[in-house]
Amino acid sequence: MQSRIARRYAAERRFKALGLGAVLLSGLFLAFLLFVMVGNGARGFTYTHVAVPIDFEATPLTIDASRLDDPDADQLIANAGLSDIVAFAADEALGDGGSALISENAWKEVRSAIKADPNLLIGKSTFELPASSAIDIAAKEGAKGELGARVAALKANGRLSTGIHWPFFRNADATDPAVAGIWGALKGSVLTIVIAFLIAFPTGVLAALYLEEYAPRNRWTDLIEVSINNLAAVPSIIFGLLALAVFINWFGLCQASALVGGLTLALMTMPVIVIAARNAIKAVPPSIRDAALGVGASPVQVVFHHVLPLALPGILTGTIIGMARALGETAPLLLIGMRAFIGDVPNGICAPSTVLPMQIFLWSDEVDRGFVEKTSAAIIVLLIVLLSMNALAIYLRNRFEKRW
Amino acid sequence: MRKAEGHLDFARCERNKIGRNTPVTFNAAALLLLILGLALIGWLAGRARSAMLAARAGGKLHSRPQYHGWYVALWLFAPAAIFLAVWTSVSPALITNQVLTTSAAESLPAFGFERGAILSDARSVAQGQQAAVRLPAAAPLVKPYAQATAHYAWIGIAAMLALALAGGAYAFTRIRPDFRARTRVERIVMLLLLLASLVAILTTFGIVLSLLFESLRFFSLVPVSELLFGTTWNPQSGAPVADTFGGIPLFWGTVLIGAIIAMLVAIPIGMMSAVYLTQYAAPALRRWVKPCLEILAGVPTVVYGYFAALTVAPALRNVAAMLGVPNASTESALAAGIVMGVMIIPFVSSMADDSINAVPQAMRDGSLALGATPNETIRQVLIPAALPGVMGGILLAVSRAIGETMIVVMAAGLSANLTANPFASVTTVTAQIVKLLTGDQEFDSAKTLAAFALGLVLFLVTLLLNIVALRIVKKYREAYE
Amino acid sequence: MIQDELSIPDPKMKAKGVSVFYGEKQALSDVSIDVGTDLVTAFIGPSGCGKSTFLRSLNRMNDTIAGARVTGAIELDGEDIYAPSMDVVQLRARVGMVFQKPNPFPKSIYDNVAYGPRIHGLAAAKADLDSIVERALVRAGLWDEVKDRLGESGTALSGGQQQRLCIARAIAVDPEVILMDEPCSALDPIATAKIEELIHELRGKYAIVIVTHNMQQAARVSQRTAFFHLGTLVEYGRTTDIFTNPKQDRTKDYITGRYG
Repeated sequence: MQSRIARRYAAERRFKALGLGAVLLSGLFLAFLLFVMVGNGARGFTYTHVAVPIDFEATPLTIDASRLDDPDADQLIANAGLSDIVAFAADEALGDGGSALISENAWKEVRSAIKADPNLLIGKSTFELPASSAIDIAAKEGAKGELGARVAALKANGRLSTGIHWPFFRNADATDPAVAGIWGALKGSVLTIVIAFLIAFPTGVLAALYLEEYAPRNRWTDLIEVSINNLAAVPSIIFGLLALAVFINWFGLCQASALVGGLTLALMTMPVIVIAARNAIKAVPPSIRDAALGVGASPVQVVFHHVLPLALPGILTGTIIGMARALGETAPLLLIGMRAFIGDVPNGICAPSTVLPMQIFLWSDEVDRGFVEKTSAAIIVLLIVLLSMNALAIYLRNRFEKRW
Repeated sequence: MRKAEGHLDFARCERNKIGRNTPVTFNAAALLLLILGLALIGWLAGRARSAMLAARAGGKLHSRPQYHGWYVALWLFAPAAIFLAVWTSVSPALITNQVLTTSAAESLPAFGFERGAILSDARSVAQGQQAAVRLPAAAPLVKPYAQATAHYAWIGIAAMLALALAGGAYAFTRIRPDFRARTRVERIVMLLLLLASLVAILTTFGIVLSLLFESLRFFSLVPVSELLFGTTWNPQSGAPVADTFGGIPLFWGTVLIGAIIAMLVAIPIGMMSAVYLTQYAAPALRRWVKPCLEILAGVPTVVYGYFAALTVAPALRNVAAMLGVPNASTESALAAGIVMGVMIIPFVSSMADDSINAVPQAMRDGSLALGATPNETIRQVLIPAALPGVMGGILLAVSRAIGETMIVVMAAGLSANLTANPFASVTTVTAQIVKLLTGDQEFDSAKTLAAFALGLVLFLVTLLLNIVALRIVKKYREAYE
Repeated sequence: MIQDELSIPDPKMKAKGVSVFYGEKQALSDVSIDVGTDLVTAFIGPSGCGKSTFLRSLNRMNDTIAGARVTGAIELDGEDIYAPSMDVVQLRARVGMVFQKPNPFPKSIYDNVAYGPRIHGLAAAKADLDSIVERALVRAGLWDEVKDRLGESGTALSGGQQQRLCIARAIAVDPEVILMDEPCSALDPIATAKIEELIHELRGKYAIVIVTHNMQQAARVSQRTAFFHLGTLVEYGRTTDIFTNPKQDRTKDYITGRYG
């Protein structure tokens, strides 16, 4: 037995090390993933700007200043040729081909500034204009060659600056990485999730209440239970097929809209909510129900006045986690048409929209290198939102869940 | 502006300029609000009346006034709402039927895609969703459509209001001090609960029926045996249908990535993590590691896919080039499989954790008391005891892996190769479903229907895996309780 | 603690001043007792008095409970079992344990009994293992009932048979001491009788310590009895003396049923 002991302990140490190694490996994967994403995406939140002085006396904008508050002021300004003025000013200030150094949509920033402060139309001012995507990349990565020389020249003149890229948060998708933003996708996500919640939460909770409190044990309720358990494990893309066949083709609802997206995600999330709610309701001890019945409450009153309030923290925790999962879903929404370039912020639940994970997917396909950091930056935003939701759920669970 | 990539042209869904030249349509949302408002009035009236009757009779009510209010409100709302739902789905057909009886409809083609396009074009203009017709053949149909729409809209609104008022009046007249309003309201509540539960069955049926329906149409074009056993998958070619829908490369790709490579990563790491966390780890470590695993589980699959395409796949291709492996591409089964495995680690770990914890402590004590080391106890007693639960967990993990879409779409590629080389590009069932449904094409073409047929196969396989897994886990749990 | 001077000439295990703490709570204070070879020693006392705790410290099973701390000295054949040089794995092969609720592994009857010898490497070949298993099952009084179905699952046996299987499992590693923690409390009277008979037969080969709730059982099977109360050892002596002529009042009150 003696010699074996040493070998057995050696085997013990190896096994334990293997286990620890597995745990560390998982942690390492996570760390590596986050590191790559943050590394790539952190720069997506900043953008290079070029200082360009524009002299509106020399090149005036022919527009009636009083009309700057009109709803179609944007169109008016565009028609008055602001983009040409800005391009000219860039050529003047930055040398030959200077207008290629700033983003082709830079004039829109000038437009917003003018609308905010019409006094800019009188006289000279210097505007910090977003650089073109190529210059931005060159400045961030230190390119060589002609672009690098240009960047160096701009830096030497003190014209180059880096700042937080607000259009990233304000704008919808665009073909130019300088102005592409996530606001359209964010709003679409919010609308979709709200609709999904409004449909899935009441249905899920009511179904869970029925199954736990009132349902007799017979073949039908068994069938319902089996259905719910299976639906919770069905691949998400199947729900996309269902939505395509039923909501879009048969009902004829608006394609690629928050409405259909919300309906699809609601169907996907409802089983998750039912299962979480059932566990929460099961955790409420029977003594509470007995006490309520003893005072003369009807079965409906017992459930709605006593059981439901006590189960609510657990239900909410499960719902938040389910909603977080739905927020990150892409596959079913691919099939209902959200895989499309949508350049406007959606203005209603029936307008074509997209969601943040889908925006990430679309940008990941882009050839323009300016979109690489945008994709990672959008991923960071998505991860922050999801982590906050999960943290909220955990906080709720720790704070409010009673241990009976 | 880049052309939209949607598979159906959605210029039809432009912003609805309400208020500007909108013909009379049956605007469901506004009507719903209307009857909700009426229901509110009914609630107040019912409550007031019951309180008044009680005061007059000098006695107590059976149910409190608010229940009477709810009773009236429900009777006002429910029949009207049900009618609203039915009418919204039925009236388009009625409208179209009326249009088809007019003289302008005689010039329509008899059937097919063109006919549908003309009709929907005319309908969009008539209902204010579009400024002008795009197909000239639709122009004469606009007026009949507008008339039919208005006609049925008025009928619908009138009927709905009549139902609402009738229901409300009926309920109102039944209010008496001894009327068992609360009982009736509660019965309606129970009905609501039951209906909510039926949504789950409805969804399952919806999935099965819609998949089945479209798949049957597909199988009338392509035989089942071809899809299940054919070895060439090339729907984009113009080749005869019989040779282009062979699913074996897809099934093989799915199995290679999801059931083989991903499991080779997820099972050892997941199981050993669970073993370490349950048997060896200090509570402090457990407290830190469990959230990490939960975060791994919460990362969206699109992020994993991007990570796989951005970092893992190129790195693997370099490795393959160094090793001299032929045919290595930047979209490889290995990249997708490894990342998918990482995604599934928390899943396996948590199922293994639950299963090992379900083994009674007495068994562990019995083994330790015999002088076994912890690892001997784990390997020879605990894991065999926990095996059914672990097996169930693994089956569920496989089911999850083969249903995964984004990682494979972004990292594994879309070329249907039947190869055992993990560095090569393969495609899976889910990736092909996505590919078949993107791009402009008619809904009835073989390509679109093929997606549904693939979806049916996927659904059935995962259903089978899930049922078997849940059955195993349930039986095993019963054995220990 | 009072110990009868006539007890044990050559004790198998000696405990001196043993206290056990679970976190802040003290479960056992200052217990000193000798356990003799070829003897059955019974620990009796009301619930929660620490007898099981003390039993578990004799084979260091308390180590598996987080926050458990043992002070004092316990010796097996003169060696301190809590010394760093003592290998707990080998200790447990020498001091075996049978638990209150039978806990056979979900393996075959053969594998249940063979598990211990396998991990300790006691059998060089299959034939050796077979004979070890047979010998253990014979000694546990189970061989005749299961010899034709050694491949069946251990959990398919009746409660009494399962407990005898656990005893066989403990015997198979050839221990010197067998600790039994209320081995019959989950069994019916017939099975209990069989186990008690078995204890009689095993007495010659092993030092047996049995914790029991049942005073009559202690009187039936043991030669020495220790009475525990509220975490302390109140009295220890010959079984006949304890039951007919206890020296301590507390012992007398417990024996006569003044409290349970």
